[in-house]
Amino acid sequence: MNNASAIELRGISKTFGSIKANQNVDLDIRRGEILSILGENGSGKTTLMNMIAGIYYPDEGKILIDGKEVTITSPKDAFKYKIGMIHQHFKLVDVFTAAENITLGMRDEKGVYNIKKINQKVLEMSKKYGFIIDPKKRIHEMSVSEKQTVEIFKVLFRGADILILDEPTAVLTPQEIRKLFDVLRKMREDGKSIVIITHKLNEVMEISDRVAVLRKGEHIATVNTSDTNEKELTEMMVGKKVDLNIERKDPVDPQPRLEIRNLTVLNKDGIKAINDISFDINGGEILGIAGIAGNGQKELLESIAGLVKKESGDIIFHNPKKNKPVTFFHKDLKKIKAMAAEGKFHYPNGERVDLKGKSNKEIVKLVNDEQILFYEDEIIDIKNKKPREIQELGIKLSFVPEDRLTMGLVGNMSIVDNMLLRSYRKGKSVFLNRKRPKDLADTIIRDLEVATPDDMTPVRRLSGGNVQKVLVGREISSSPKVLMAAYPVRGLDINSSYLIYNLLNKQKEKNVAVVFVGEDLDVLLALCDRILVLSGGIITGILEGKTAKKDEVGLLMLGNRTKETAEIADNKKSEEEVNG
Amino acid sequence: MFVNILTNAIRFSATFLYGSTGEIITEKSGHLNLGIPGVMCVGSAVGCLVEYYLVLAGVNVGFLLVLLPLLATFASGGLMGLLYSFLTVTLKSNQNVVGLAMTTFGSGLCGYMVSPITGRLHIIAPMSVHFSNMFGVAETNWFTSIFLSHGWLFYLSIVIAIVAQVVLNHTRLGLHLRAVGENPATADAVGINVTGYRYGATVIGCGISALGGFFAVMEYMGGMWDSAAYIEGLGWLSVALVIFTLWRPALSIFGSIVFAALYILGARLSVSFAMIEVLKMLPYVVTIVVLIITSIFGSKKTQAPAALGLNYFREER
Repeated sequence: MNNASAIELRGISKTFGSIKANQNVDLDIRRGEILSILGENGSGKTTLMNMIAGIYYPDEGKILIDGKEVTITSPKDAFKYKIGMIHQHFKLVDVFTAAENITLGMRDEKGVYNIKKINQKVLEMSKKYGFIIDPKKRIHEMSVSEKQTVEIFKVLFRGADILILDEPTAVLTPQEIRKLFDVLRKMREDGKSIVIITHKLNEVMEISDRVAVLRKGEHIATVNTSDTNEKELTEMMVGKKVDLNIERKDPVDPQPRLEIRNLTVLNKDGIKAINDISFDINGGEILGIAGIAGNGQKELLESIAGLVKKESGDIIFHNPKKNKPVTFFHKDLKKIKAMAAEGKFHYPNGERVDLKGKSNKEIVKLVNDEQILFYEDEIIDIKNKKPREIQELGIKLSFVPEDRLTMGLVGNMSIVDNMLLRSYRKGKSVFLNRKRPKDLADTIIRDLEVATPDDMTPVRRLSGGNVQKVLVGREISSSPKVLMAAYPVRGLDINSSYLIYNLLNKQKEKNVAVVFVGEDLDVLLALCDRILVLSGGIITGILEGKTAKKDEVGLLMLGNRTKETAEIADNKKSEEEVNG
Repeated sequence: MFVNILTNAIRFSATFLYGSTGEIITEKSGHLNLGIPGVMCVGSAVGCLVEYYLVLAGVNVGFLLVLLPLLATFASGGLMGLLYSFLTVTLKSNQNVVGLAMTTFGSGLCGYMVSPITGRLHIIAPMSVHFSNMFGVAETNWFTSIFLSHGWLFYLSIVIAIVAQVVLNHTRLGLHLRAVGENPATADAVGINVTGYRYGATVIGCGISALGGFFAVMEYMGGMWDSAAYIEGLGWLSVALVIFTLWRPALSIFGSIVFAALYILGARLSVSFAMIEVLKMLPYVVTIVVLIITSIFGSKKTQAPAALGLNYFREER
């Protein structure tokens, strides 16, 4: 390894709206090295690299290549300086062959397009680098790993000396990762500079020569991998604990509300997004879910809400009915009679309810007068229930995706109409009744201080934070029994964030089981009673919110396990070995 | 009888072949141009008008009587394509809306241009000799009738279709064009000029399609003007033909003959009026059947370009 810098970044800053993605970053990429860029979500890793690759243009700062200052305004410019980036979403044409994709946009020798020659050349070049590529195979017939190989080779074929890979291992199996690393090492020997963006610590330690750590858009340090260890890197990555002063009352008598048992969920590509996990969600408690984005949080919540199919496992819902009156929620007299015969109800004085010999009219009166109470909580397996049925049971999901308008709200409709979306089934006539949704919308606007001209303004015209308030407010308004809020404060300013925290705390006091998926570890530590950490679709630890330490959570997020979870995994492994 | 019908079907097929080849080139760039019927209307009207004024001016050089109307037709189609591209590529309007608007606009414009001289337009009819029977053979046997009795515009349509097929599938230019229609973001990232390819393909495609309208009047109808609605109907069939032939110009040569045969069969056979309408409907029915079959059993190769109908914004990632 020589120490000449291929690229030097000096004082690079980039802001998107009010968010500072990168702030005054200095970074060197040397010739013939593998440099890891490590950081949490939103730490500005990808943005920084995108500026080198010509996708974004820095607001401030200089980029120097071989000591000379350059301006890179497009991917084409980047190519000129022999920089190639391999994005997480491959830029390949599905119906074209590997060779066609690799040479796309290039000029032919002597201007003659001869696919046989091109195939030949691609094959020769790929052998030289030790790639296994079938030039005639079409992209849509390839596995993810094959596609990635084509994408990497495409960049090399164009003569790139500096390769940037954005989370290249996220989509690969362990075997494929090993193969990829071999290829990367070979390229390093060839004098290429390789940058991998990642948040898997073990991979950082295994592959890279140096590690650059980013936190909240700032460059913390660059260290030699051999001089550091996982603990030190984690500390640099998550930083010191910040006291947020969020009120956290002790949970009152938390009882299991949802029991999740051996849940496995597949993602779109058929890969296990959630892999055989078990835990409880308690009423009157905020359960935080920590993890780096894409480690199964979304699939977990969506599977509970019934939006995605569960591969295996059970989800048991404890409907908190004990000593609560029976309602005509199901409008089913027969069912109530049958349940009474099983001895499930009691009168307010404690006597067992016996409906034999009572006329329907009398029963209706008893129910309406709230005289029939449950002995015990209702226990319902919601594994095979439809999303609507799950919602009607009071399990609500408010999901704030990256672009807030794709899930839950219709951008072109007003706040009132968006309220109506949730309650449309309650109307009795074919015409819409906007009165109640309007009241609700006005309450939300008032209580949550939504900044909007009026309640008929299309939601898409509101700022992001206000859209989030509407979304969360609507889910809370339906008095849920389980409230799952994913990234509810993403992109919100401090004040709005605190409003949301208070809302969640109020729900907790009402004995609602709150699930909070968040990105900011400080918030998770300050708000949640328990913190469950997901990594690669498995639980790497469940910590007490009060005693958990930031670096502890950070390590778990990066795939290390607590003693308990490691034991479970070991048991599973040995079980499998016995069975297999 | 059979030879007669087949001869006429083959001759008529050039209308659809021009229309569909032009549309295939356009669609390969990711543009779902539903304005083709309008383009063909305008093309036929402009071509006929130029022919009409040449005749009025007393021009009797066969070469000019052929070339000038043809160029005018191609140019008018190209202009329509330019308008479409400006609206969809530069202003990023919805392709379906723009396409349908172009068809309505083109059909109306065509009627407007032709209406002042409708009664006198028949003076161009004798000029159709310049367009018909290229080899000057007598239709003595089935072979000469079916293969050699057509005008040179007919043979040109086949040449264009074959050239289009070769360019699309066996040249760098075609590869880049298809990349733009399949995945414009990828094409952009490797430095292909997405805007340029989309403009170019649409303008050239519309020019070729416009020739189909002119052909129908000058060659097939022998210079007798029918109506804008008639040309528009042919245009819609050309659009359907693109799906029927799975975006392959070479296949379109045969597909267009099938469509033409079904279209004229009603008039040739002595069947009831209701039956004629049923026969006219058949091309659309077979198109739907093809769509169903390719959707269920087809591989990726038989599908439409992946970015068909989608405008490309570079900033949207």
